Amino acid sequence: MLSLSVNGESHSVDVPPDMPLLWVLRDVIGLTGTKFGCGIAQCGACTVHLDGQPVRSCVLAVGSIGSKAVTTIEAIGDTPSGQKIQQAWLDADVVQCGYCQSGQIMSATALLKRSPNPTDAEIDAAMSGNICRCATYVRIRAAIKQAATGKPEGMQTIVTAPEGAAS
Amino acid sequence: MKPNAGSPGSVDNKTSDRVDLSRRRAIQSGGLAIAFLWLGGGGVAQAMINARRQPGDAAAALADGNPPFAPNAFIRIDTDGAVRLVMSSAEMGQAIYTGSSMLLAEELGVGLDQITVEHSPASDELYGTPMLGGQITGGSTSTRSTWQVLREAGAVARTMLISVAAEQWHVDPSTCTVDRGVVHHTVSGRSLGFGELASAAGKLPMPDKVQLKDPKDFQLIGKPMRRVDSADKVKGATQFGIDVRLPGMKIAVVKACPVLNGKLAKVDDKAARAIPGVVDVIRIDDAVAVVGDNFWVAKQGLDALDITWHPGENANLTTQQLRDALVESSLNGKSIIAREVGSRPADGTVVESQYQSPMLAHATMEPLNATVFVTSDKCEIWVGSQVPARVLSTAAKITGLSEDKVIVHNQYLGGGFGRRLETDSPEQAVAFAKQMSYPLKVIWTREEDIRHDRVRPMYHDRISAVLDANGRPVWYGYRTSGGTVLGRFAPGAMGKDGLDSDAIECAIEPPYDIPNVKVEWIRHDMPPGLVVGWWRGVGSTHNLFVIESFMDELAHHAGKDPLEYRRALLQKNPRTLAVLNLAAEKIGWGSSPLPSRVARGIALGEPFGSRVCAIVEVEVTAQGEVRLRRAVVSLDCGIGVNPSSIEAQIQGGLLFGLSAALYNEITIKDGAIEQGNFYDYRVLRINETPLIEVHRVENNEAPGGLGEVGTAIAAPALANAIFAATGVRLYKLPVDRSLLVQDAAALKSVVSAAAASDGRMAP
Amino acid sequence: MKRFLGIVVALLIVGVAAYFWLNRTDASEGTAPVIVGAPAAADVLARGEYLTKAADCTACHTVPGSGKHFAGGVAFRLPFGTIYSSNITADADTGIGSWSDDDFVRAVREGIRKDGKRLYPAFPYTSYTQLSRPDVLAIKAYLSSLPKISQSTRPNDLGFPFNQRWAMGFWNAAFFKSQRFVADPSKSPQWNSGQYLATALGHCAECHTPRDVGFGLERRNELAGETLQGWRAYNITSDTAHGIGAWSDSDIASYLATGHADGRGSASGPMGEVVENSLQYLKPEDTAALVVYLRSVPAREGSDPISIDAHAAPVLASTDTAPGGDRTDANSAGLKLFEGACASCHQWNGKGQQTPYASLLGSRGVNDVSGTNVTQVILQGSKMRIDEHDVFMPAFAKAYSDTEVSTLANYVIAHFGNKVETVTPDVVAKRRQL
Repeated sequence: MLSLSVNGESHSVDVPPDMPLLWVLRDVIGLTGTKFGCGIAQCGACTVHLDGQPVRSCVLAVGSIGSKAVTTIEAIGDTPSGQKIQQAWLDADVVQCGYCQSGQIMSATALLKRSPNPTDAEIDAAMSGNICRCATYVRIRAAIKQAATGKPEGMQTIVTAPEGAAS
Repeated sequence: MKPNAGSPGSVDNKTSDRVDLSRRRAIQSGGLAIAFLWLGGGGVAQAMINARRQPGDAAAALADGNPPFAPNAFIRIDTDGAVRLVMSSAEMGQAIYTGSSMLLAEELGVGLDQITVEHSPASDELYGTPMLGGQITGGSTSTRSTWQVLREAGAVARTMLISVAAEQWHVDPSTCTVDRGVVHHTVSGRSLGFGELASAAGKLPMPDKVQLKDPKDFQLIGKPMRRVDSADKVKGATQFGIDVRLPGMKIAVVKACPVLNGKLAKVDDKAARAIPGVVDVIRIDDAVAVVGDNFWVAKQGLDALDITWHPGENANLTTQQLRDALVESSLNGKSIIAREVGSRPADGTVVESQYQSPMLAHATMEPLNATVFVTSDKCEIWVGSQVPARVLSTAAKITGLSEDKVIVHNQYLGGGFGRRLETDSPEQAVAFAKQMSYPLKVIWTREEDIRHDRVRPMYHDRISAVLDANGRPVWYGYRTSGGTVLGRFAPGAMGKDGLDSDAIECAIEPPYDIPNVKVEWIRHDMPPGLVVGWWRGVGSTHNLFVIESFMDELAHHAGKDPLEYRRALLQKNPRTLAVLNLAAEKIGWGSSPLPSRVARGIALGEPFGSRVCAIVEVEVTAQGEVRLRRAVVSLDCGIGVNPSSIEAQIQGGLLFGLSAALYNEITIKDGAIEQGNFYDYRVLRINETPLIEVHRVENNEAPGGLGEVGTAIAAPALANAIFAATGVRLYKLPVDRSLLVQDAAALKSVVSAAAASDGRMAP
Repeated sequence: MKRFLGIVVALLIVGVAAYFWLNRTDASEGTAPVIVGAPAAADVLARGEYLTKAADCTACHTVPGSGKHFAGGVAFRLPFGTIYSSNITADADTGIGSWSDDDFVRAVREGIRKDGKRLYPAFPYTSYTQLSRPDVLAIKAYLSSLPKISQSTRPNDLGFPFNQRWAMGFWNAAFFKSQRFVADPSKSPQWNSGQYLATALGHCAECHTPRDVGFGLERRNELAGETLQGWRAYNITSDTAHGIGAWSDSDIASYLATGHADGRGSASGPMGEVVENSLQYLKPEDTAALVVYLRSVPAREGSDPISIDAHAAPVLASTDTAPGGDRTDANSAGLKLFEGACASCHQWNGKGQQTPYASLLGSRGVNDVSGTNVTQVILQGSKMRIDEHDVFMPAFAKAYSDTEVSTLANYVIAHFGNKVETVTPDVVAKRRQL
């Protein structure tokens, strides 16, 4: 049995120590917001935070985590940076298919936390490991800047229409 | 359909379902759609989706919880006033759930914050569109094929709700108004919410005629609305197919024979079964799957299998063999004439070129997967699909169950791009799951996803023109050869003489004024097992690369500026000319000199019923590396439902096309696809992405397609920019950077310290 | 004239005598020191399996991924042609099923196969000559216990004169000495075990010792480093600056047993295969003996010595997640490639995350200005299975251009090694061919 701290909750999981965290989250604990994209740390869809640092959970052996705190997309909104990033993502309406966006938001949140007003080069350094096949990159950049400055950075101002997604 | 689609007016039951089959309209439909339209009235192109057709009792009870008011297959209003909208199309990122909701909500009279959206059940009858002949999301048709009917569906519901209120109040319905889910009688100050009216409305007969809004009164349409699915997607709360979890469910990881069309010979599964957590090892004709408690353990099991395959007749197949055979066909194959106007003049300068386009994979971010639970009398499938009704009917065949015993729960798609127009993955999942007594989620690894993609076909094209003394084309000949997607996907939709209308899309009627034309297609089937499939843009994407590259060649030949050359040929096509002029103005074409090996390329086209121009600015380094500096896209897509989604689709679509043009090619060795993951099937990253401005020519014309438009116009703009920067014409995709090297010395020096100039432009 | 003829004859006699003297066979059976993983008292098959692994027979005799263990067919591209390894399964027709014990022992220790023809020294009989007869026969017994695979050995692709096997007799006369291992009583038993493991079984020198123009090992430069098959086999002498003299015992042991030592880097390429196929299976006592022996190898600088900058300024100026201190600006092509495909695992400060194998700090690769192994690992990736876990880095050769690979390699050298980089696109193009 391994003990894991995920989103502030302690979980005991009976899994082999070399099992990647991604599958422990998705298939054992049931947190499916973290996505499987490539399995080899090339796309970033599986990004979570380990003590606040972005890591690729698809290649992170769960046995190596120890007592470090795992934060996933489901709880990142509870942090000030995560909240800001999610709001900016809505304001710029970044998402398309949305599959990679959990990872994008986790990477962007870590960036904003360490660099409250990131330059383009800092955005590149933090975000280039995250692939978006819909190529929402132009808006990702705008949203990160918007989260930092509080000012609209997109090419148009999106009309807000709250909740209404399919379930 | 009214000539001016945005005009108000009453529509009745009959006219709204009629398909306009005029030729020009058909041309503008594009891609997947055009084929079905060409069938004319007698084929599958009958109206299915309908503003007044209600779901049958059983389906309604199951899917909708018997709402009191469900005037059609799209709108559900409960007594508490909750408005649920059922989406006719699949959501794969293109924002159609938002667009469809806007069309419905606009006429119904609710805000997007007052609705929830639901995936539709599988039903050609309720959700099939005449443009595609079924419940199919593809071909950039969703808005075009539902623009009228969904607004009308909203108006039908609104009319009925007003009727009930007016009757209660004993007032003329025309004196009632609707705002945010409430019917008002302003004069008397009375109002009733939709919830209070729903039960009575549900008992009314359908109104024959309903009044659609005047576009000037639109509250939602034309505004950049936030997507209805954003809020969940930023929280990781959206359920994609791969996220489905069911009680007792196990997970299967699958490996099909790497050699295309190969079969499974035998499997030694002793080592796999010894792994704790491996539940079973199951086989079908051409694949084996390991079932486990979780993906990881199943994958470990899969890796531990000792599998022997029968590679079959493709065992030695290579890309070069395929390419050679295709070239041979393009030279000597029997062509089908798609269009011929006039004849080739004997005099004039002849310009001829040949172009090659590669096979391409989709690589959706969500690898293919499907969850299936088969019992003796039922088969349930959870899958993100562009063709849920096809999934249903194939599942019925595989299980032997009748179609009413199969239920497809469609999910959000983690990318589609045409890959999820295919049913191969869910079919395979059903074949595995019917062997099991519990629900089975079958997941393809990324490697499996690419190695068993249904690839965009390779093409070989011969294009030629006869120019007059001024360098103007008086004849244009196009001879394209490749595999047919449509011929397999919908053989009944093939045109006259077996013509694949998708294969010549955008080539058959270029926007330019060229008096004599001959367009031919040569069908060149790939070996069995190499299944070619739809891709973002398919025919248009490849044909526009060829034609717009060639237009640049002609301009160069004539010694003219590529912009001026095109302008001169567009004098009879003012809508497209306006698009060209807008892009040129926004990028400042010719306004200031650019640095050495920095240049811009234009591409123009009319794909999917829209008109689009892309101008891409690149820098080509001395070593031949290509950097994207800037892009401007101008667009006339007629009425724009959601300008925010339009911008997003064009930006994303353009980058999707640039990514493929720069990097992507599927190759085959020993009968198997060589690529497997993002390190060998490369995808553009954010640090390679330039700012992309999108500008629109706004009008009230009928809506055009969007999802594939940006992709279709990307490659030629890039190739033309590279030509302008280097003088090297690219006749083959993807871009071969070794052709772009300035001189041999450039490869002999160390390049790291030389920082690239920052291509990114500030907005 | 007669006198001249006499001289010629005399010279010929001397020459022939010298040929046979130099090619004389050590007639002794040979004695092995204590190998903890293969004690003399153990079952011969268990001993054979351990020794087969310690001698890394599979590296050359099994095509990776083929599942055909010891059936040969592995290609060795040498400057003068391509040699294919032979089938050493017990298949009577295509393998060694019909070989007698003496046939096998002669082949392994003298480089002469059953039909009397000479083997090329790509097969390291030059090292295996030190093995004891019981050890060689234990290996034979083990190989014979495995499934027989019928697979004819592919003919070599060598031009004249290299296709003349008899000529190897002269090469042997010059470079080979048939000689069994003899324990050095002045050294500890552990050292002697280590030497047997390193020289007789592990044949470290075959890659790590420089070769002279005749392709013979430069004994005076033992283990000072060499480049072959496109990879550098690093200096593993006790030189503190350029070898492994500064490594702790546990660093060396860890590297040998797992392919990684913190602060020293990770094995990949041919060394990765050695760890995967051979070294990871050594008992800790045997690994320790190997360490003792390696520590005793005299310090040598070797050619193109690599100096490790353990405190590279750009690394110190970087964090886990952000670059700093680079001489090039933030838009350098190499940096952009690194941030896309590499930083997720290697991190900007080279610490490496998700797996310790991703650490770049202190490795010879990133400190080698020639970028040899960095280029190769970018092109070919890395794949090892260590202790039932996969260690994996993707191969970027297919989708990345020569220019991109060179700029990325240069960025890595500049950033993590704080060196002035030297890799050009043309060099990468050549390295792709190796």
